[in-house]
Amino acid sequence: MTRQRPRLAVWKFASCDGCQLSLLDCEDELLAVAGAVEIAYFPEATRGTVRGIYDVSLVEGSITTPHDAARILDVRRRSRQLITIGACATAGGIQALRNLADVREYTAIVYARPDYIQTLATSTPIAEHVSVDFELRGCPINKRQLLEVLAALLAHRRPVTPAHSVCMECKARGNVCVMVAQGTPCLGPVTHAGCGAICPAYARGCYGCFGPMEMPNAPSLSEHLAALGMDRATLARFWRGFNAHAAPFREEAHCHDD
Amino acid sequence: MINALSMPCAVVTAVGVGALIAALRRDGYRVIGPTLRDQAIVVDTIRTLDDLPRGWTDHQEVAGYRLQRRDDAALFGYALGPQGWKRLLHPPVQPLWQMADAAGEPAASPPETERLAFLGVRACELRAIAIQDRVFLGGAARDPHYAARRAGLFVIAVNCGTAGGNCFCVSMASGPRVESGFDLVLTELLDEATPRYLVECGSDNGAKFLATLPKRAAEETDLAAARAISEATRASMRRAMPAGDHAALLRANPTHPRWDEVARRCLTCGNCTAVCPTCFCTAISDQSDITGRNMARERRWDSCFTSEFSFIHGGSVRSSGRSRYRQWLTHKLSTWVDQFGSSGCVGCGRCITWCPVGIDLTEEVRAIAANPTAEESRDDNA
Repeated sequence: MTRQRPRLAVWKFASCDGCQLSLLDCEDELLAVAGAVEIAYFPEATRGTVRGIYDVSLVEGSITTPHDAARILDVRRRSRQLITIGACATAGGIQALRNLADVREYTAIVYARPDYIQTLATSTPIAEHVSVDFELRGCPINKRQLLEVLAALLAHRRPVTPAHSVCMECKARGNVCVMVAQGTPCLGPVTHAGCGAICPAYARGCYGCFGPMEMPNAPSLSEHLAALGMDRATLARFWRGFNAHAAPFREEAHCHDD
Repeated sequence: MINALSMPCAVVTAVGVGALIAALRRDGYRVIGPTLRDQAIVVDTIRTLDDLPRGWTDHQEVAGYRLQRRDDAALFGYALGPQGWKRLLHPPVQPLWQMADAAGEPAASPPETERLAFLGVRACELRAIAIQDRVFLGGAARDPHYAARRAGLFVIAVNCGTAGGNCFCVSMASGPRVESGFDLVLTELLDEATPRYLVECGSDNGAKFLATLPKRAAEETDLAAARAISEATRASMRRAMPAGDHAALLRANPTHPRWDEVARRCLTCGNCTAVCPTCFCTAISDQSDITGRNMARERRWDSCFTSEFSFIHGGSVRSSGRSRYRQWLTHKLSTWVDQFGSSGCVGCGRCITWCPVGIDLTEEVRAIAANPTAEESRDDNA
């Protein structure tokens, strides 16, 4: 092959590393990935670094510090395509719960010397700071979807990562609806597909790890859950998980605050 | 009506039902029937009589389903499972072709060769299969995968002995009594200490299997008891689609304010289309792997409730819940008639049970029918 392999970089911001580890988790396909792209910057996997411009940057994590707010601008400048991966990068992550509280209070509880801590009052998604070419949802992302995004990128086609509800995957899998058959609250009808409906397959309601689906009707689901007996405080918490800062979930949760 | 004179019929016990399962399996069929899983009576592979939900029933209401105990040993004493037979004849994912080398030729995915025997198909579901036959096999383009599965199919229908909370087959003229489209039909008779089953044949293949079972001749009292069960089921059905010309009603009311009202509740999650036994829409996706050398095309269940479904150049044609719900109901009850010559609804009520927020299409039709000339809401397509 004469074509030069695209140079790939993997960047980490405020996150647990779970999403970028999905790349290493692609065990059977890892050699094929390494053959298809030049993994030029990936501190989690290799010490080698290549400076300059990257064809594709996978960005994990949210922006929570002044340093990271500046660093993401540099990453954007050095990336032809910037793809965010995971709920932290696409919605601010679980740490965006700080957006509802006083972060100084948190640092005072957690750190012996909070005055050493330089942090922002909010955790925000990458797209609130720089333009993003593609967002891959999930907490964590699904490794099949990550491979699909990379394969699509290499083939210059659109990735097949449907934005419809988790219910569509749940029904395709043959699960029995946990909300209808067991009365278990479930975010599936408003949540973006991609996980393959894991939780309902194990008799749990969906936690909304993949964030809002296209056009979610959050108020209607809240109304139904309230009719089933969920109180206001529980409803507010129900919407505040890994994607608490994503607008449709954030706004719906706010409706149930006192 | 079943012609009991020309086709044999007989009475068997549960042992006979077990013998039928065994005989079909010996003949190479995979028997699919009702079984307990995940606090529901689902359809899955059946190996013996013990796999059937003996003594269980389902209680169904709007957005509600609960498994319950019966006080008898009925094998078919439930109304309708969460998903029907659609996923077996028209599976959620259907591979169409693969290409192992980017420069090569695509290899079409071979049609299924496994023969299926469905045990416990209800009248509404038989009607739904007939409707999907029309969709997949009735036009110029026949679907080879559906055709292959359908050709090998053995159908053991069951006359309903109980009307589920959301059943409305009587008002759709599709039940509760099975009329055609089966190899064998069972009526479960529970008026004696142990259940017995009137077995009637609908095909020569059905008669062939009936001949092998331990049985006794059917008497007039058995036939009368079976008819009485269908009548009782019919009489106990509480829900109904309002009478009238739904096709004309919906055609005339694309801007009725009720569409806004239902859109306020509709989650556009697509559950109704997934559980509907006649909804057939699919999306085609082409995939290439990371090496770029292996390609595949597959067909997946899609839904008119997704934005991608109506995505054309410039965006999604149906950008609101209002337009999507309207599309679904109008296709189901109105334009389906133009397209396929019948209503797309069989009155099974699954969309009512499994809608997470309990939207009831019979109520939506009733609301529009009650005030068909209501002031128009918005004169746009969205």
